[in-house]
Amino acid sequence: MAHSLVPVTPRWPSVAAATLVLLLTIGTLGAVAWRAKWAGGLAPADWAAVRFTIVQALLSAAISVVLAIPVARALARRRFRGRQLLITLLGAPFLLPVIVAVLGLLAVFGRGGVLNDVLTSLGFSPVSIFGMHGVLLAHVFFNLPLAIRFILQGWLSIPSERFRLAATLNAPVGRLLEWPMLRVVLPGTFLVIFLICLTSFAVALTMGGGPRATTIELAIYQAVRFDFDLGKAALLACVQFGLCVGAAMLALRITADDVTGAGMDRVVQRWDVARAGIDYAWIIAAALFLLVPLGMVVLRGLPGIFDLPDTIWAAALRSITVAIGSAVLCVSMALALALRGGGLTAIVGVLPLAASGLVVGTGAFLIVFPFVRPADVALFVTLLVNATLALPFALRAIGPAAAQVNADYGRLGKSLGISGWAWVRLIVLPRMRKPLGFATGLAAALSMGDLGVIALFAGQAEETLPLAMYRLMGAYRMETAASAALLLLSLSLLLFWICDRGGRANADV
Amino acid sequence: MLTFENVLLSQGDFALTVDMTLPKAEIIALIGPSGAGKSTLLSAIAGFFAPTSGRISWNGADLAGIAPGARPVSMLFQDNNLFPHLTAAQNVGLGLRPDLKLPPAQLAEVEAALAQVGLSGFGDRKPGALSGGQQSRVALARVLVADRPLVLLDEPFSALGPALKDEMLDLVKGKLHAAGKTVIMVTHDPADARRIADCAVLVADGVVTAPVSTATLLDNPPPALAAYLG
Repeated sequence: MAHSLVPVTPRWPSVAAATLVLLLTIGTLGAVAWRAKWAGGLAPADWAAVRFTIVQALLSAAISVVLAIPVARALARRRFRGRQLLITLLGAPFLLPVIVAVLGLLAVFGRGGVLNDVLTSLGFSPVSIFGMHGVLLAHVFFNLPLAIRFILQGWLSIPSERFRLAATLNAPVGRLLEWPMLRVVLPGTFLVIFLICLTSFAVALTMGGGPRATTIELAIYQAVRFDFDLGKAALLACVQFGLCVGAAMLALRITADDVTGAGMDRVVQRWDVARAGIDYAWIIAAALFLLVPLGMVVLRGLPGIFDLPDTIWAAALRSITVAIGSAVLCVSMALALALRGGGLTAIVGVLPLAASGLVVGTGAFLIVFPFVRPADVALFVTLLVNATLALPFALRAIGPAAAQVNADYGRLGKSLGISGWAWVRLIVLPRMRKPLGFATGLAAALSMGDLGVIALFAGQAEETLPLAMYRLMGAYRMETAASAALLLLSLSLLLFWICDRGGRANADV
Repeated sequence: MLTFENVLLSQGDFALTVDMTLPKAEIIALIGPSGAGKSTLLSAIAGFFAPTSGRISWNGADLAGIAPGARPVSMLFQDNNLFPHLTAAQNVGLGLRPDLKLPPAQLAEVEAALAQVGLSGFGDRKPGALSGGQQSRVALARVLVADRPLVLLDEPFSALGPALKDEMLDLVKGKLHAAGKTVIMVTHDPADARRIADCAVLVADGVVTAPVSTATLLDNPPPALAAYLG
């Protein structure tokens, strides 16, 4: 009889984690399909929502990718002070609460924003960014950095020897090296962004609305909150799920997966570029587009941050509690799954990528609704859903580290007879502190900024900080909202920093 | 004693037959070209590699089906023999209790073992603060405290310089062998075998020969060994 080469850990945590994830993804889908009002089919307004969802996602992905190409090329071939910092910042939107970014964009492009101030002072009529172009603007803001990182990775994956060879041959670098690389990288990048834009409820909630700019998720939200038409919400949730699964399957098939940014600090030496001006113009434009809105949040939020009403502080406390609970649950599940490995872990690890928070939320709503008042379990359900939705990212962060511990020390542990909890406590946890800290910070920040499920469930008494902010914006209390945004932004980054730092401090190699 | 009865180790194209008995409380060297299956033989004894057929037994008791950690075996690998985040004393303590819940008596045992390998007072250091030779000593101290009579060495000292390696081999002889343990060591270097091994086993061409005295084997090498030694 052969033995496994790694110490065996208890089985139940991974089973419990897999069960929870399956319940929240497949289970909620079942509830949704069960309650869906199939008979009537989709109303014309619902078809409009389906169309808008797809069109805005296609356009968002296309614009992000097209704009990212020159910026990535500039970053790939220019060396300048602050380059690494800029590349690190390109990873930040992942941690940035959507609603904070939206507020920043409004401060620049919105009704009372900088842009309109300039336009009106020049005698032009002001522009409104609500509707399709607002949604596109926000999506490009979030996904341009992601696209730049993907494409930059592609550029840096071209071996420098090839550029040298092309230079000696005086061959056109673009056609010989760059275009073939782009043909490989662009479709995956496009699809990942398309998928993200299909499920970005918070952007549609704040920038969209009205008959011409309603996404499926927004329609679900309105059906639950305003019409209380659960059958219609369930039907829309089924449509949304089908759309996501289709896009996710396409994306998984053709995606290169590295978004860590490792190795992006090098610059490929090139012999074919003479003028640097255009490259720097692209870099500066992209940096301004990404940094000015955030600067506006800080600028407008700072004066009022200590005069925030108590309700905001209470909401912040709720958000922190949910974020910490969600992060701990998420990372525990990821660790349990990573230690067991196997096919189930692989499936459970990607399933949430295809799930939309609103679909899961609608399903959860349908499940709990007959038994309790949804608002009573709003925070608990939000915690569970956030933990599940962050699971793929946490698993990606700690999976390789778990494999490394097993590869390096599995046989030693096994021959010493270390097993079960002793293996986890003495070896796994200490050896994986860094990725565990990073994953915890990531999950906490994602949960902190979440404005999805909570919007479906919460009443006044359960609102989290993002929801409170959204309600302030709805009431046009922009100064208070800006201060709340600054608080939210600070708390998200602080949570991430504390967890990530905790994993690094005094870590033994 | 360690007995192999018609043991066949195979994986893909690789096959090794073993039928022999290794004496107790001796140091036995496994000599042979790389790829011949020396490490695989150790893995089979440790329980990481199941024989395709045949029986491996220790003092008459069949080892089949016994988990690596439950076998009467301590093993040192080529690398990663210490956990870098645990202190030297904790690393040694793992040989006594794998959950590290050590009562005072066992803590004293750990301290004594460290003293035996010349590391008194180094118990609080982590491997990163120890030299390569000191790290090897910690690993040997762990083997020393463990209540496991069979010790497998899969070239754990190969990264050390010649002088340090000899020092470690002498420790193996002076401490482990002296404590009555049976030591089976893989080696590429005939000088290592001559230095400490009483008897040697040739692993070559898919066959493991019965143990003979090291000097006999190396002074009159059979053709397969002669080709390897050059």
